[in-house]
Amino acid sequence: MKRLERKHRLAIRWFHWINFPLLALMIWSGAMIYWANAVYRFLGIPLNPPQSLWQKLHMAYRLADGMSIHFFVMWFFAVNGVLYVLYTIVSGEWRELVPNRRSFIEAIQVTLHDLHLRKTAPPQRKYNGAQRIAYTAIIVMGLGSLVSGLAIYKPVQFSWLGAMMGGYQGARFVHFWLTVGYVAFFVVHIAQVVRTGWNNFQAMVTGYELHEVPND
Amino acid sequence: MTDEERFRRATRRSFLTMGVTAAVGAGAWALLRSRAPLAGLPSPFRRALDANDKLAMAYFRPTRLTREYAPAKITHPRVNGGLGLSANNDPAAWRLTIQGTGGGARVLTLDEIRAFPRRTMITEFRCIEGWSTINQWAGTRLSDVVNAFPPDHPTRYVAMETPDRGYYVGLDMESVLHPQTLLAYELNGAPLTWQHGAPLRLAIPVKYGVKNIKRVGVIRYTDVRPADFWAEQGYDWYLGL
Repeated sequence: MKRLERKHRLAIRWFHWINFPLLALMIWSGAMIYWANAVYRFLGIPLNPPQSLWQKLHMAYRLADGMSIHFFVMWFFAVNGVLYVLYTIVSGEWRELVPNRRSFIEAIQVTLHDLHLRKTAPPQRKYNGAQRIAYTAIIVMGLGSLVSGLAIYKPVQFSWLGAMMGGYQGARFVHFWLTVGYVAFFVVHIAQVVRTGWNNFQAMVTGYELHEVPND
Repeated sequence: MTDEERFRRATRRSFLTMGVTAAVGAGAWALLRSRAPLAGLPSPFRRALDANDKLAMAYFRPTRLTREYAPAKITHPRVNGGLGLSANNDPAAWRLTIQGTGGGARVLTLDEIRAFPRRTMITEFRCIEGWSTINQWAGTRLSDVVNAFPPDHPTRYVAMETPDRGYYVGLDMESVLHPQTLLAYELNGAPLTWQHGAPLRLAIPVKYGVKNIKRVGVIRYTDVRPADFWAEQGYDWYLGL
């Protein structure tokens, strides 16, 4: 017999799926802004794709366009994120999402299991330790993006914010690397969703999972 | 109804909702992007920039200053554009014209500007492209000049133009009167070079670099939001930092 189990509440699903295109628009418009001064490096390699690639993606010479999109969508991105955090607090769902004492050791076990370095995974509750850490970290990163973004957007009016990040260029650096962090999160997130399978994925859309239970 | 049937029904409903929502969202975005352009941007995006500007102007306080640095922090100034610096401008013939004061336009020489109290500051020059340099400016507070030659009635805006009218910026009066807004005649301890806007340029660290107009020829008080070279190309008009 199969039994229906409720997994994700309606509000969480809406916040999640609204955030997806908004974050994509923020990263896309942010990249058009970055194009104008693509100065960052990783392990000595300049993070500056060739101009031909920018042009192929229609993202070259669009600083003004990129800024106008960034400063339009930012409101929706921020409001959705703030409402999500408020919802998790009011509903008590934060208890399932915020790491606890066991989360860190569990996260290591989960990671070792996922990398096939460990035979057994710790018993999976709604979210395992690695998920708790990831889903909380991404919210802290979101807050970091809002704060560093404000420090870049109005560096004189909010000079005290910039000062916490080593000034205007420090805030730009933080803002950029948080974005790289989102892309890394996205890659791992997608890989894990694919690995976990359809039943888990569709629960993020429908809210329910169907479980095989022994007949009474 | 079994759980399996309920599940199939919920799945169908949810995926349908998601598909419709995605289509509506994509359609709304396409509609926003296809609206008739207003100063280089689809109109909703221009209006959003203007709304952001209103908020920023309400939040602005002239008492909030940009950080000033020690001389050791000064970096090489960067030349990023030559708009408005056409070669047929004779430096000896340069004059600053102030329009909108009582009793007609005032015409000032560089010596008359230099007669105002001299002020130096080492501040960050932030380009809208993302880079920044730290420069030492010497000049006179623009507010001193405005106070000496005030508008004939209180105005909200100030327009500035190069003598050849090849470059022009619009500024709000609050930013013009900010204590760190200078009419500068020296950069990093030397008189301004031609490329940096000799003989007199605006140094306004509460704005992006593009508002720091080089080789100012005309200052005009106005009640109408003045034309701005880059705002016509799709950039924000206010560009306040």
